[in-house]
Amino acid sequence: MSTSPTRTRPRTVPAHVVSNPRLGTWISVSDGRVDVHVGKVELGQGILTALHQIAADALGLPLDLVGIRTARTEGPDQGLTAGSLSVSQSTPALRYVGAAVRQLAEEAPVVEEVALRASRNHQDYVERIATLDPETNLTGFEVVNGPGPTLAVGVDVPRLDLPDKVLGRPRFLTDLRPDGLLFGRVLRPPSPAATLASVADGWTSSGVELVRDGSFLGLVGEREDDVDRGLVALASATVWDEHDSLPDEADLPAYLRSAPSEPTEVVDESPAEPTHTASYSKPYLAHASIAPSCAMARWSEDGSTVHVWSHSQGIHALRSAIAAALSLDPAVVSIEHVENAGCYGHNPADDAAFDAVLLARTVPGRPVLLRWTRPDELTWGPLSPAMTATVSARLVEGRIDGWSYDVWSQGHTSRPGYAGQPGLLATAHREGGAPLPPAADPPAAAGFGSLRNAAPAYDVGPRRIVGHRVTEAPLRTSAMRALGAFLNVFAIESFMDELAADAGLDPVDLRLAHLADPRGRAVIELAARRSGWGDPLPDSTGRGLGFARYKGTGAWCAVVAEVEVESEVRVQRLTVAADLGLVINPDGARNQLSGGAVQATSWTTTERVRFDRRTVTSRDWESYPILRFPAAPRVDVHLVDNDQPPLGSGEAAQGPTAAAIANAVHAALGVRVRDLPLTSESIVSAIETATEEE
Amino acid sequence: MTSLTVNGSRVEVDRPDDTPLLTVLRDALSLVGSRFGCGQGLCGACLVLLDGRPVTSCETPLWQAADATVVTVEGLAADGPNPVQQSLIKHQAAQCGFCISGIVVRATALLEETPDPSAEEVAAALERQLCRCGTHQRIVEAVLAARTGSA
Ligand code: FES
Ligand code: FES
Repeated sequence: MSTSPTRTRPRTVPAHVVSNPRLGTWISVSDGRVDVHVGKVELGQGILTALHQIAADALGLPLDLVGIRTARTEGPDQGLTAGSLSVSQSTPALRYVGAAVRQLAEEAPVVEEVALRASRNHQDYVERIATLDPETNLTGFEVVNGPGPTLAVGVDVPRLDLPDKVLGRPRFLTDLRPDGLLFGRVLRPPSPAATLASVADGWTSSGVELVRDGSFLGLVGEREDDVDRGLVALASATVWDEHDSLPDEADLPAYLRSAPSEPTEVVDESPAEPTHTASYSKPYLAHASIAPSCAMARWSEDGSTVHVWSHSQGIHALRSAIAAALSLDPAVVSIEHVENAGCYGHNPADDAAFDAVLLARTVPGRPVLLRWTRPDELTWGPLSPAMTATVSARLVEGRIDGWSYDVWSQGHTSRPGYAGQPGLLATAHREGGAPLPPAADPPAAAGFGSLRNAAPAYDVGPRRIVGHRVTEAPLRTSAMRALGAFLNVFAIESFMDELAADAGLDPVDLRLAHLADPRGRAVIELAARRSGWGDPLPDSTGRGLGFARYKGTGAWCAVVAEVEVESEVRVQRLTVAADLGLVINPDGARNQLSGGAVQATSWTTTERVRFDRRTVTSRDWESYPILRFPAAPRVDVHLVDNDQPPLGSGEAAQGPTAAAIANAVHAALGVRVRDLPLTSESIVSAIETATEEE
Repeated sequence: MTSLTVNGSRVEVDRPDDTPLLTVLRDALSLVGSRFGCGQGLCGACLVLLDGRPVTSCETPLWQAADATVVTVEGLAADGPNPVQQSLIKHQAAQCGFCISGIVVRATALLEETPDPSAEEVAAALERQLCRCGTHQRIVEAVLAARTGSA
């Protein structure tokens, strides 16, 4: 036997294979195709296309002989599809499984990849894979195969899902139309602290059945128009006990700084007395997915098992939460992921799944397709928390020597299972239910929540960095793209520009003078070069830069914004430079980075959840406006391609974009706006404050 | 019973007069290509052509569609993907794609009326179509590439 050129030392077993060691969990064969089962889900980010590319190369098969199956509770548990980790977690796992399969599919323990491809056709290879024992323990033998050739990875493979969507074919969860389908709706309370006082005696509405459990009210019916009419009628037939429970929307920083909170000290190196201090803030933001959340559930005729179709980011955690909420054995709950509209974090997908389970329980054997309303999506879904931060630094002759950072925020995760609770909205409204506990923050190892990216990438001398997690929850908060990094990077990178201005230095030069990391320097230099940094601009137009390495462990990204400020802030152009390591699908990565930057432009210039002392008042697309086509900037994305381990792209650009826009506004107007969003009112108020200070 | 023509076929619908056309399409006729985004006429995900004019079907009661001709995103692809659809796929101009049905309908109507729009005119025509994923630029580029003669 010749020594294979691709043979290597035994491979270390990746974490997701250790936790899912059974071969049949990952691989099955049908119709002459190898189906690869993954625990990651399509959120609109194109992940299934990227994993398809990785899996095909790992197995040594062309793309058309490999299928990709999305998350089901029978498939591998890969945790959440979140945190820009899908590619970095799945690549080693799929490569390991592929190498193991290639090895097992050969009689001899060591396979020469090239010989395998040359001597046998692919069908023969697929048939041999079909004979493998699905019970094989992937951790039970040494996998010595090398990675095999790279053919699909690095190529602009078109998205698998787009033709259905563009041609209007059924594709989304909300499009499922199984036999016997019923439609469901839930009537939510009118304000966060409301409880149900009464429903009009003998209330009925044509074609619907009322489901009531404490303050949880739902409707089920054969026809969608009946449940929608019923919902309107039910709202006017209910009386609620309501009271005020919300802080003053006009001064959220004051609220956050005075509310009870729990400190987390990241580091305290006793920095010297600062020379500069500034405070920044962001309001609550809504996920504002383009479709309201939905789910479908069907209980067995005898009510002993339930199957759920959900667009959750984490179906295994959702299963445990549903089981815990209903005191069931998790084994009787099965869930499959079906995609719906774009998801940017913990939105009401999980809540909707539990709503569907509750409604379907009243009609065993029948599938119930439950959908939230637009106002409920914007008001009852978890929000991205309001935050405020104070940064101080000691600046001596253009050199930063001492840095202090404090950030206040509600927690950034209330996903199913947090704080030891199911965390599903309806649990708070059912008979005997208790309000949902305040959101937690992910730990340091997961990149923090409120403190995400609170440590600057720069060499700033002795540092002191402290987070203050507000331990009450006037509004429900959880993870939205970038978590605390959006405000923290906005604050740090705005402050760097303030220091540069004071030191009389170019903002790019100040950053480079304090940054050793070569990959960070490279993206800053690339963004500056490609944006024409330093070239003259027309009047009322400015250029600004923002930079961060996401979570300190993820992708490096620098953004330059070109902004015109007249009656309002108009972001004309964004130049995005990113280092994502090995890029699996360059076109997909560009689409993700540019989408993230445009969404962040919307957050930065436009968005703010509105409320009075009782309830959230931004309930539709007029009261919660988002960026529209005429205001969308041109975005140019530049990728630094290399063969380092691949990193996710979906959350790298948000913080740098916000800072770049604010810095560009300053460059255009000479006014520093530290409170988001950067609307014309906030600019006027910043000008007034600046004038008062003079 | 209300009769109307949907994508070239005559259909009879037995729903109350005030039922939104979108619900008729998605529930009564199982034509799910027109998507529900808000039900308030504010996002454009449900856009269809009613006697050739783009309307938000979630805000169009069934009675307004009586004896009218409705064309949905599925109807635009009846003879294979239309030029806008082909171009959107070619440019990979979507992320989640939930907004895209309405955009196909709006852009097709625009190109009927203004065969050679500028980028600003395309963006202005799409002003009432929301895209939360931030795919605006690719969508505008794809629509421009679908203009007659630019394919
Ligand atoms: S669903 Fe009709 S406009 Fe939003
Ligand atoms: S692609 Fe997701 S809303 Fe447009």
